Amino acid sequence: MNTISVDLLAKVEPPEENTYLNCIRCGLCLAVCPTYREDLIETASPRGRVALARKGLEGQLDFSPNLYEQMYKCFGCLACDDICPVGIRPAELALALRVLQEQARPKKWKDILFGKILSQPEMIENTTLPLRIYQSLGLRRLVYSLGLRNLLPGKIRDLEAMLPRIPRRPLRHFLPEITESFGENRHQVGFYLGCAQSLLFSEGSSASVRVLARNDCRVMAPRNVECCGMPALGYGRLDLVRKQARHNIAVYESLEVEAIVTDCATCGSTLKGYGKLLQDDPDWADRAKNFSGRVRDISEFLCELPLKKPGNRLDARVTYHEPCHLGRAQQVKDQPRDLLKLIDGLEFRELPEADWCCGSAGSQLMTHYETSLCVLDRKMNNLKQAGAQIIASGCPGCQMQLNSGIRRNNLNVRVVHPILLLDEAYGTPDE
Amino acid sequence: MNKQIINLLIRILGPKAVLFTPEDLATYSYDGTFVESNPGVVVLPETTQQVSQVVQLAAEKHLPVVPRGMGSGLAAGSVPFPDNSVVISLTRMNHTREIDTLNAIVKTEAGVITADLQAAVEKHGLFYPPDPSSIRHSTIGGNIACNAGGPRCLKYGVTGDYVLGLTVVLADGRVLNTGGEVIKDVTGYDLKRLFTGSEGTLGLITEATLRLIAKPQFTRTALIDFVSLENASQTVNAVLSSGIVPATLELMDQTALVCIEQAMKLGLETNIEASLLIETDGNDERTVAHEIENVVRVCEANGARSVKLAQGAAERDKLWLARRSISPSLARKAPNKLGEDITVPRSAIPEVIRKIRGISAHYELPIVIFGHAGDGNLHPNILFDKRQPDQWEKVEAMVAEIFEAALAVGGTLSGEHGIGTLKLPYLEKALGPVSIDVQKQIKTSLDPNNIFNPGKMFID
Ligand SMILES: Cc1cc2nc3c(=O)[nH]c(=O)nc-3n(C[C@H](O)[C@H](O)[C@H](O)COP(=O)(O)OP(=O)(O)OC[C@H]3O[C@@H](n4cnc5c(N)ncnc54)[C@H](O)[C@@H]3O)c2cc1C
Ligand code: SF4
Ligand code: SF4
Repeated sequence: MNTISVDLLAKVEPPEENTYLNCIRCGLCLAVCPTYREDLIETASPRGRVALARKGLEGQLDFSPNLYEQMYKCFGCLACDDICPVGIRPAELALALRVLQEQARPKKWKDILFGKILSQPEMIENTTLPLRIYQSLGLRRLVYSLGLRNLLPGKIRDLEAMLPRIPRRPLRHFLPEITESFGENRHQVGFYLGCAQSLLFSEGSSASVRVLARNDCRVMAPRNVECCGMPALGYGRLDLVRKQARHNIAVYESLEVEAIVTDCATCGSTLKGYGKLLQDDPDWADRAKNFSGRVRDISEFLCELPLKKPGNRLDARVTYHEPCHLGRAQQVKDQPRDLLKLIDGLEFRELPEADWCCGSAGSQLMTHYETSLCVLDRKMNNLKQAGAQIIASGCPGCQMQLNSGIRRNNLNVRVVHPILLLDEAYGTPDE
Repeated sequence: MNKQIINLLIRILGPKAVLFTPEDLATYSYDGTFVESNPGVVVLPETTQQVSQVVQLAAEKHLPVVPRGMGSGLAAGSVPFPDNSVVISLTRMNHTREIDTLNAIVKTEAGVITADLQAAVEKHGLFYPPDPSSIRHSTIGGNIACNAGGPRCLKYGVTGDYVLGLTVVLADGRVLNTGGEVIKDVTGYDLKRLFTGSEGTLGLITEATLRLIAKPQFTRTALIDFVSLENASQTVNAVLSSGIVPATLELMDQTALVCIEQAMKLGLETNIEASLLIETDGNDERTVAHEIENVVRVCEANGARSVKLAQGAAERDKLWLARRSISPSLARKAPNKLGEDITVPRSAIPEVIRKIRGISAHYELPIVIFGHAGDGNLHPNILFDKRQPDQWEKVEAMVAEIFEAALAVGGTLSGEHGIGTLKLPYLEKALGPVSIDVQKQIKTSLDPNNIFNPGKMFID
């Protein structure tokens, strides 16, 4: 039975022994794993994934489709990496196995989806055009008001509910490449406009740029960036991520910026990882390290500045969902909360289990629908306990997932990017 | 596992509760030890009724049944040996049924995670004291089956002291309800005690009624550093004979401290031979504070180098996080570890520790010592590397000598982790032939065909 594995291992670079061998199977990671806590089976746990990876690599198990599927069931929330006392990183290992699968048997459709469509902003923009038309013609309102939504099959209904009101035009088309500071020109920063932010949450990113400009930053937002690479990474295509990384690094090298700011948690964590991703590439290692060293999440960057006090009051109870890609991946935990607390009138309420994954995890709602929904329900129960009118979260994936949960549960809670609230509190620019 | 049996199981439990792919079987092959063996099939029942039907089927077809909680056990108790084993995992029986605040009682299914149960009762101002370090990743059923203990057991007792009643599925599938909601009960044999600590060899626990207490409102925690391990171990006795009953009295030696510090970076002092972690608690703030001051005084009189009193909940949590992380963080020092669980009379702690250090020096493999010193329950952990050819033999010899040392002073093999398969070869020596004989008779009368967890506890 092992011949396949042996052949396969000869062709690829398998993860190193020390990434799985020392798992002592203590089980600590089971406590924090969202997929384990819903399915309640060992196969869906970090410890289980490490065991499967090890047994595959040691030749005790075939690399079957089901073995790989267990790696795809991982939400990549990193909670296990964080808690493991031994330093095993089950989430990373699950990704490494996806990469292994692609190295052994590359799939054509991934070349097209991640290499062509998703890497080029204009391709995504075209693909999502029908959706924008559906919403902008008022069809969505019609579907809702006639109760037609309930005729949709459950899964489609939830996907539909996830969608925010999609802007008619992607932000990439009209965000100026240079936004001058509203005050003095103290900082020159690059802004990385993520695909999801541009397409789905353009209001949020417009607000981010305004808040930067209001705090003495001259903002340069190059249009020719490509996707950060997270979707390709999630599907095991390291080669494509590296390609996108090189492109993006080159784009910012031509600008003189002290920091590269993004308001998407996922993009931020990927961009910060370019250094590690290209460390063995002699031409790019230093450039990548330099690039990643300058990447900042917007809340992280703002907290490093002497911030101007927002003038307007916002009277509401607000809570905060901590995106996995921000809190655990980038260790940015206090900053978004601190920014919300700056705003007069906002009553901040800590969300119970604020850092528990919401179940969005990239495309899990589509590919692993049932588990994703259970994880989401846990978040919604916590949200009800917090008793907030607004929930802030600096990640488009989380925002979509939260929206879907709120619609499913008929809650009356607004989902926003924290910086959008800050922008509202600053009010419209005076000039 | 043959198709027919799988179909019969699916008929009882539905398709989502019967696992049999090679990947599923591989992940149910281990527990918290390094032992491995694949089962034939894994089932995840949601009711006592379903468990009973599965056990009936297994009895009919002569299939071994291995009860499993979260697989955190440290004795290979839930590792399924015969390859036609049916693993019954209770993790989906995870509902807390009823919290009776008036009588301070909770009724729960056996698969609930212990920390979840604790949090649920604390919302009602009640308290479930047993606190194994694995509290967030083990089940109540597993805790009862192993009679788990933890730091707080010094003052509050072990899991078994809180069990009022159990629902148990027997080897022929019948459902036994034993005990109930009353605190005192001498109506017949105390069967709930029999199943407590039985490690899944007598029956499968599906539900439990547990006694609760009022939550102590105040705690004070101190971390006390000693330049010499000898002094630290003598201090344990000095504290306990001073008339104070601390809630916890934990010992950590230098290697343990170094490993925690490497793993967690909590800022612990590591340039010392041992620390004691001592806590007092109660409902009168002044008494609690007074007691910790007395403890500190006794420690200082016995050669403590420095004392750190936790200021506030965050500092206290940090100290406990450190304590809970010892066992897993040892893996940073060596790829394998074998954790023992001996318990000795308190007065013999210094002597046993001296012997253990001698064993370590003789075989030239490190032994880390930590544990619930207040109970005389120590966890000497041998660090080794299985891949080095002669190391495993050394480890086996060391284990035998550690047990020898414990038994010589009137101690036992296991305070809380249980026998499972790992300590099975030493059981007869610890208990003597009469006790083994009586226990085997009990096993035979409850489980004549030996379907529950064969190969555990006794040599069949
Ligand atoms: C890091 C770490 C720290 C630990 N700290 C402690 C500690 O401080 N104190 C302590 O006492 N233990 C400790 N343990 C050991 C372990 O967590 C306990 O033995 C725990 O009670 C096992 O529970 P489980 O649900 O994981 O059971 P499992 O490991 O799945 O099973 C353990 C045994 O109980 C049986 N069993 C499980 N459920 C049932 C049931 N419902 N009915 C009948 N039999 C059943 C199994 O057959 C097996 O023999 C620790 C373990 C680890 C990994
Ligand atoms: S991955 Fe880490 S936390 Fe999880 S079982 Fe292994 S050693 Fe323990
Ligand atoms: S990353 Fe999250 S979902 Fe994946 S194994 Fe770890 S804890 Fe579970």
